[in-house]
Amino acid sequence: MTRRRDFLNLLGAGGLVAVSPQLAWAAAPVSTNVANAANYRRLLVLVELKGGNDGLNTVVPYASPLYPQLRPRIALKREEVLPLDEQTAVHPSLAPLRPLWQAGEVAVVQSVGYPQANLSHFRSIEIWDTASRSDQYLDDGWLGRAFSANPPPAEYAADGVAVGSAELGPLSARKARVVAIANADQFQNLARMAQPRSGQGGGALQHLLKVESDVNAAAQRLSGSHVFATAFPSGAFGEAVKAGCQIVAKGTGVAVLRLTLNGFDTHHNQPGPHANLLKQLAEGLVALRAALSELGRWNDTLVMTYAEFGRRPKENQSSGTDHGTAAPHFVLGGRVIGGLYGEAPRLKQLDGNGNLPFAIDFRQLYATVLERWWGMPSADILGGRFASLPLLRS
Amino acid sequence: MLRFLSAAAIVLWSSTTLAAGMGEDDARHLLNRSGFGAPPSSVTSFSRLSRNQAVDRLLASARTAPVLTPPVQEYVRPGRLKDASEEEKKALQRAEFAKGAELRAWWLQEMLQTPSPLSERMTLFWHNHFVSSQQKVKSGRLMLDQNLLLRRHALGNFGDLLHAVAKDPAMVIYLDSATNRKGQPNENFAREVMELFTLGEGRYSEQDIKEAARAFTGWSFNPEQGTYQWRPFIHDDGEKTVLGQRGNFDGDAVLDILLQQPATAEFIAAKLWREFVSPTPDMAETRRIAEACRSSGYDIRRALKALFLGKGFWAKENRGVLVKSPVDLVVGSMRTLEISVPDALPLAFTVRNLGQDLFAPPNVKGWPGGEAWINATTLLARKQFIERLLRNEQFVTQMARADGVESSYEQGSMRNRLRTKELREEFGKGAGRLEGDTRMRMVQAVSDIRFDSTSWLKRFDNAAAVERALLPIPAISPPAVGTTGIALVRGLALDPAYQLK
Repeated sequence: MTRRRDFLNLLGAGGLVAVSPQLAWAAAPVSTNVANAANYRRLLVLVELKGGNDGLNTVVPYASPLYPQLRPRIALKREEVLPLDEQTAVHPSLAPLRPLWQAGEVAVVQSVGYPQANLSHFRSIEIWDTASRSDQYLDDGWLGRAFSANPPPAEYAADGVAVGSAELGPLSARKARVVAIANADQFQNLARMAQPRSGQGGGALQHLLKVESDVNAAAQRLSGSHVFATAFPSGAFGEAVKAGCQIVAKGTGVAVLRLTLNGFDTHHNQPGPHANLLKQLAEGLVALRAALSELGRWNDTLVMTYAEFGRRPKENQSSGTDHGTAAPHFVLGGRVIGGLYGEAPRLKQLDGNGNLPFAIDFRQLYATVLERWWGMPSADILGGRFASLPLLRS
Repeated sequence: MLRFLSAAAIVLWSSTTLAAGMGEDDARHLLNRSGFGAPPSSVTSFSRLSRNQAVDRLLASARTAPVLTPPVQEYVRPGRLKDASEEEKKALQRAEFAKGAELRAWWLQEMLQTPSPLSERMTLFWHNHFVSSQQKVKSGRLMLDQNLLLRRHALGNFGDLLHAVAKDPAMVIYLDSATNRKGQPNENFAREVMELFTLGEGRYSEQDIKEAARAFTGWSFNPEQGTYQWRPFIHDDGEKTVLGQRGNFDGDAVLDILLQQPATAEFIAAKLWREFVSPTPDMAETRRIAEACRSSGYDIRRALKALFLGKGFWAKENRGVLVKSPVDLVVGSMRTLEISVPDALPLAFTVRNLGQDLFAPPNVKGWPGGEAWINATTLLARKQFIERLLRNEQFVTQMARADGVESSYEQGSMRNRLRTKELREEFGKGAGRLEGDTRMRMVQAVSDIRFDSTSWLKRFDNAAAVERALLPIPAISPPAVGTTGIALVRGLALDPAYQLK
């Protein structure tokens, strides 16, 4: 099979079409029609809330009498939550996001999930990462498939970079140029040891050679030491945000950043740790917006949270919550039309396991990214048609 | 004529008996896969055995207890931190951190020195199967006790191991059994015991989990003593239906139901295959191994024997297809290169830096392993480890050089120069946190790690022999012809093939 990059080289300069003035930078190959050229100048930042965030204590149905009944110990008090309207409020730790909300740059999409929810961390995140059905097993991540269908410009330093986690998740794909960087400074120091390698053999060996080649290529194009006026919060997530902004500042191009915030599997004594996690999230997102605004990139940036699942509405005996299903997610950015989307959690209609029904399929969020953000068809990538959400200004 | 022929036949027969030794390549393969690395002296002695004899020897020498005395880990009641002042808390946390490092160093030292590396590999295998983590358990003592339990049963009976580990205090804490009570179940253990410990995902229903969680109620923990405690008053003794069977089951009864399922032996066999043979289990072969396991009542040794003597284990296409774990890379390098490591403390930080923090797997599914060990960050950290280990034959001079004292190398002043920054750069963030005696111990331990390349290389006739000793498949970028000495060793160890086994 012709590998994607080879194919790209075969096309040569003649195959590169500048589609429109604002796309003049784009070296994406255009096979038959211009509409295939994805607008990868627009950056996607995915934020993984690893472990399964408790949606009900993040976006709180504070007016519902069922909410405190289900959670006698861990429900947030009416007087401490930050109301968005008469029904819905957010956790007090999200206070730093208030200016963004007021600027209309935050969309809150409620009750995101999928049919036949799987409650295993590993299987459910695999479903989210690969955009598969609950009973379907796919190898490549959904973004990996998007890159294969519509490759980002060859001169980009990488198609996607995962910062702060070793796993590629949705970026994973045999053909895509993606790297995971746990620590950006160290990466630069060490990358001199990586050699460009030609692929041979199979399985583990091929993986090793590919990683080494990708490191070599990325290191040459990703070194960043931009001085930001923005102060980044301390902690692992703040560092990941900072490293991500450095990569963007370098200006050599990257289509996707994936940042990971760990620790949401709150089975036990949830309130303190959960408040701390949401604080890290809010402060990190505020820093991200400030730094990307400094670079003049905020209007070209879409931020989206995701997680394997939400948590069960009824608290458990340990002042924690067990694995659940649907949950709210945040979409932020300079072109976002702020507000509430989806449906409030239907606490009266819990399933046999005591879990919430979903209203928005997570693949609708992905379709929104593919179609409305990057301007590419989504049905082939997502294995079906999913209605995108009207949460972006054109 | 006849006499001559039969004499010749006898000569031929005896020479094939001698040649029945499996040879050095097979010996290396068996040692690398069943233990950590392949020390040249072991390669020589195993090469003279047949595969059967070699596997019997490995299995017969299995241990149930460590060779080295574990460090003393006093049980500290959780919650003691709650009453303490800020200062006391910090001091306690520092002490806990140092104790955690000591525990890791002890296990790595055991891996380096044990006469039965297979026992340690299996202990590590079960640590990654019946996962508990110090991050949540927060007791070095309970983590050590679990480690000793895993070793006791490592090559024993899987059923006994399952029952024992389910009531192990660290596990009871890690999977929230202690808060699973009648009327208010916590499903964590019930789910993971089915998904990850026995059946595998998709071989049970959500209802099975709910019912099993009820059966496991009452398995609890005594925080004063740090011991397992049965609490009958919070046990749900009603009727449950689990995997189609109905009864007033308790937790042990549910575990027995799980052990009755053919899926359990198949799940374990496939996992053993991925550990020892290749990333893609051969269905017919794993069924044969599962059958050996089940028909012997879950004798782990029988399963391993079936696996090690199967053709898949020895197949040429399965050589060099497994990615070395950080422990494989670090402990294996020390053993293969016969590097003397009087104190393994620095290695605890090295493997952690490479993504395998012993006693603290990332989550209940354990380290994903395989290709996931290798990403941009860890691949570079692996190369850095090898480069520093093999550049100067002495780990510490490299750090001294970075500090600008190359020409006036002097042990005492150099040691003082090993500051937080160097420790962090060399061994990852955690190492910079070491203080006082442990820090001094770390610095001493680093300077004691030595590779005597001259005497190691003496046993090899040529560069090709060195390559075979270090790589499971030919080098991807062979060192230039004529490269000798430590440069040859370094060139081969930095080759991508060195990351494989």
